[in-house]
Amino acid sequence: MTELVNILAVGLLLGGIYALVSVGLNLIFGVIRIVNFAQGEFVMLGMYGAFAAQITLRLDPYVATVLVGPALFALGAFVYWVILRPLQGQPMMQVFATFGLLMILENTVLALTGGTAYSVNSGLTGYSVSFGPIQIGLPRVLVLTAATVVTLALGWYLKSTMHGKAIRAVAQDRNAARLMGVDVERIYMVSFGIGAALAGLAGCLLSPLYTMSPQIGMNFIMPAFAVVVLGGLGSVKGAYFGGLIVGLTEALAGFYLDPALKQAVLFLMFIIVLVVRPSGLFGTAGAEEVGLREQS
Amino acid sequence: MSDDHLVIAGMGAGYGDVSVLHDISFAVPRGKIVAVVGVNGAGKTTLLSAVAGLIVPTRGTVTLDGADITRTAAHRRTGLGLAMVPEGGRLFPFMSVRENLELGAYAPASRSGLVERMSEVMDMFPILRDRQDQLAGRLSGGERQMCAVARALMSRPQLLLLDEPSVGLSPLMTEKVLATVTDLAAREGLSVIIVEQRVTEVLAMADIGHILDHGRIVRSGLAADLRKDRQVQETYMGL
Repeated sequence: MTELVNILAVGLLLGGIYALVSVGLNLIFGVIRIVNFAQGEFVMLGMYGAFAAQITLRLDPYVATVLVGPALFALGAFVYWVILRPLQGQPMMQVFATFGLLMILENTVLALTGGTAYSVNSGLTGYSVSFGPIQIGLPRVLVLTAATVVTLALGWYLKSTMHGKAIRAVAQDRNAARLMGVDVERIYMVSFGIGAALAGLAGCLLSPLYTMSPQIGMNFIMPAFAVVVLGGLGSVKGAYFGGLIVGLTEALAGFYLDPALKQAVLFLMFIIVLVVRPSGLFGTAGAEEVGLREQS
Repeated sequence: MSDDHLVIAGMGAGYGDVSVLHDISFAVPRGKIVAVVGVNGAGKTTLLSAVAGLIVPTRGTVTLDGADITRTAAHRRTGLGLAMVPEGGRLFPFMSVRENLELGAYAPASRSGLVERMSEVMDMFPILRDRQDQLAGRLSGGERQMCAVARALMSRPQLLLLDEPSVGLSPLMTEKVLATVTDLAAREGLSVIIVEQRVTEVLAMADIGHILDHGRIVRSGLAADLRKDRQVQETYMGL
């Protein structure tokens, strides 16, 4: 029994990581209808940002979030305005552009660091929290907590503020939104910026847990795609619960089947959901089609 | 100030290499209802899209209250007192009726009086008060059209553009929607451009009429005169 509880706890904590990475990815997809292949690289930049803040300003990575988050927001907004906006109306070109961005960011960091593996220390690393028979490191609990808080805060923002409603309106019908006085280009830019900032936040919170490398973004982006499809394209709540489901699936499959099969099981589930329920487990049926129709 | 609220002069417009409108010129006098009628594919929606700023005219000018707005972005035109009800309403289907109405007042100039305006608009369309928490995508055709008109009124426009408000509605419901628009135009002092395929009904409510054919205005005049015109009756009213 303790073994199962342990596996479930590991799965949930892993799911918290995926959820945190996926919420921003899903926001970008839901609003701008771009599959951002560079989202994992924004996580990687967040990690290196935490590292840079530690060696230059001696900041704990959790404190560095207040610098790295806004920096990634600015980078995301810049990327949208300079690279993706000129390609508007050409969704495939935009996707290719994000893939190009992935390679540029990865190779630039590789050139700057020479491929040296760095790690970040936090004052909280040695602490743990007890849940009955199991003990969990505090940094992992913080990731799950942050994913929960971010999901709730973003959900509130989209539901309760005028700007959030404008973001949802653009996702549903951008021309009708224009007629309401919404500056659609600005909404796209801000949404991409928020998505990048959330990835940067994830990078900071993950930096005490992983040894970083320029290619580390790939570890997060593949499961994040599964999360987004599973949870529901464009659904913030879906990204959260999808993340938890993917984390639990990986943990259970890795333990009860074979660790080598955990990704295979995950992507089998990904394909089944794509075929059987394309709107995802938490997406609104038809919502993805409304947005895609708008792009055409 | 000129009595013309909106002036379209020599306007051409289209999509990519396809030219749809050719040399369109007419004015909308302040507080009047102008009907632009024509068969499907005549260019009516393109005309309103160009006036609303959703597409940029390839030639000519659009002037609102004496100011050239030909290249003004669509989202800025709301703040200039222009609102459009697109064909089919184009409500945000996964948002509630109330949220749709709130977005109608998104322009900064409209936000300060949002609560009062919401109350006024719900008084104009009492059914929306009952449906305010319902998803807009679940409204009936008539309710959807009412909601779309109400949403456009949230910004307190002076010029209202209506694109085929009868699409998908029964004749009875069409009559109701058009009567509501006529009443609102009189009560709020609105100038209106309405484009329609239902020529008989729309010429009955309008002050001025234009007939659009293959992207060109082929007849213009007082709506009452056009209704009596034999050629218009035979070609467009099926009489």
